[in-house]
Amino acid sequence: MIPDAAGPRSGADSGPIIRTEHLSRKFGELVAVRDVSLEVHRGEIFGVLGPNGAGKSTTIRMLCGILDPSGGRGTVVGFDLARDAERIKARIGYMTQRFSLYEDLSVVENLRFYAGIYGIPRARREPRIDQVLERGGLIDQRTQIAGTLSGGWKQRVALACATIHEPPLLFLDEPTAGVDPVSRRDFWEQIHALAASGTTVLVTTHYMDEAERCHRLAFIFRGTLLDVGTPDEIVARRGLRVAELQVDDAVPAAARLRALPEVDEVAHYGHTLRLATLRGVDPEQLARSQLGDHVVSSRPARTTVEDAFVSMVRREAAP
Amino acid sequence: MSAGSAVAIAATRTLAVARKELLQLRRDRLTLAMMVALPMFQLLLFGYAIDTDVRHIAAVVWDQDRSAASRDFVQGLRVTGFYDFVGEVHDKGEIERALRAGRARVALVIPPRYESNLRASGSARLQLIVDGSDPQTVASATGTAQGLAAARSRKAPQISVEPVNWYNPDLKTSTHIVPGLVGIILTMTMVMLTAMAIARERERGTLEQLIVSPLRRGELVVGKIAPYVGMGFLQMTLILLLGRIIFGVPFRGSVLLLYAAALVFIAANLALGLLFSTLARTQQQAMQMSFFFLLPNILLSGFMFPWEAMPKPAQALSQALPLTHFLRIVRGVVLKAATFADISVELAWLAALVLVLATTATLRFSKKLG
Repeated sequence: MIPDAAGPRSGADSGPIIRTEHLSRKFGELVAVRDVSLEVHRGEIFGVLGPNGAGKSTTIRMLCGILDPSGGRGTVVGFDLARDAERIKARIGYMTQRFSLYEDLSVVENLRFYAGIYGIPRARREPRIDQVLERGGLIDQRTQIAGTLSGGWKQRVALACATIHEPPLLFLDEPTAGVDPVSRRDFWEQIHALAASGTTVLVTTHYMDEAERCHRLAFIFRGTLLDVGTPDEIVARRGLRVAELQVDDAVPAAARLRALPEVDEVAHYGHTLRLATLRGVDPEQLARSQLGDHVVSSRPARTTVEDAFVSMVRREAAP
Repeated sequence: MSAGSAVAIAATRTLAVARKELLQLRRDRLTLAMMVALPMFQLLLFGYAIDTDVRHIAAVVWDQDRSAASRDFVQGLRVTGFYDFVGEVHDKGEIERALRAGRARVALVIPPRYESNLRASGSARLQLIVDGSDPQTVASATGTAQGLAAARSRKAPQISVEPVNWYNPDLKTSTHIVPGLVGIILTMTMVMLTAMAIARERERGTLEQLIVSPLRRGELVVGKIAPYVGMGFLQMTLILLLGRIIFGVPFRGSVLLLYAAALVFIAANLALGLLFSTLARTQQQAMQMSFFFLLPNILLSGFMFPWEAMPKPAQALSQALPLTHFLRIVRGVVLKAATFADISVELAWLAALVLVLATTATLRFSKKLG
């Protein structure tokens, strides 16, 4: 059986490209993913955030059809996860955190191999390879052995391999782990270019700056979906306010602030204290009322996804 | 979508895997060198070093007769080439010391009046004391001495058995070993290479990438093992050619029949390697399993020890080893010009083993994780 390009069950081109209902996965006694229900829309960059071991990779593997869910159901690119895993596989791209390249093959040999196993006919293969090489800026690395490339370049090759068959949906499992900041930036520009051309991207990460680059986010913690929304929505829902303080004796000041119920977090950034408060309490006013003259200066700061994430994890982890 | 294009896509994917595997094999110079060097090394090792024909057995003699007849008998034994007389002894104690120290493996005791008894009655007794700690020596030494004794007896025995040795008239070990070596080498390399080829993908994380692709199980398996089938044929050709050049091992049967049978045998080994790879998490584990599997093959298949001499349970166990059946085929075709009809039972065994192993391996080799 060969997956057909647009069979009767391939679903409409409208509607979410991923839809799950109460998706769960157990490993023995351990519940790795619990009751995850979400929708990913076509053409968006959807980020899945969570600390290590939260269930991000397990979720992705279920969505790719390589791990059977223990409960719940879902459709990906219009096909049922349980019944049509093989049809899903032909229509998605997948890039793991280990870049999964054949290190003893050259860049172009890797691409030819993946073009072959995705069944791209010979006539279309070389033009398609040239296309992804050019998009990834890999023309000069064409004949280089993959194992001799640096992390950032390997990541580009891996992305080229994962998109060689022009999948409408691309899964990236911690694609930037261990890659330098400049390469990460370049990589995210490529992701946005892909999304602009209509590819849906689902990406897991625990880098908060990357989370802010997604159209929408899902927070997963201990296998449970805590929140889904745009970065702004998620931040707004936490009701946090943040200020940066200059104080003359930072350590005792931080301890004093942390003891207050309306304080979400106090963190040291060099000589600055970053104070986040709950329930819309003004952090500058709170600091001055508590610390008085110890506050040398203060200024409001933007609340980030990281603030929201830390706040959420802390509340969930509390006994 | 038509069946024709479905086949075309399956072929495309299988070819992609095979091409990749060949490329990797070409880059892996060490493995490639081993695949060629191993058969040659084993051939020389088994061909030259392992010789079960016992010659030059160190012997002492206690000649109590000291007659022309006794000296003639000793000389007769010496010229056979089986005995090296290393000295004379004069009592039982000396014999014991010589055997214990390993100076001699055999002691020939010629009693007094050997010559006169022989003249008078036509028969006489000699004693051969043999170091029984090595059974091979015992058999060889006593056989030679009895042969000579019979020849020297004036009285012709009433019944004589004259062995006529076909297929290996010189009783050379290499003639027996070299065709068997084809089976051993193929078992060793085919099982290990397949087991490691998949374990390597698992270890390096590329297997997950393959599982997430539309590549089918069968396409992956066929694509992966096809290059190694070619490698197996290369090894077999190398051993048989070198065996002929260096040791003069003849090839009497049909080359085509042997290669066809070898294909079934190779398939059995590859399926087994695949099965191992579904059990091993790392290349090292795959390697260990392959070595562990090799030992019973050497011991039970009839490669080194006669199958007929093995106890019944061991014989039954050895039927499950593809090598047992292939050894009979390869020795039959190479040395005895066996035909398809002659080897059909063994071929059927091999085919059945392929079926069982391939089914088990494919079922275990799931395209799911976890």
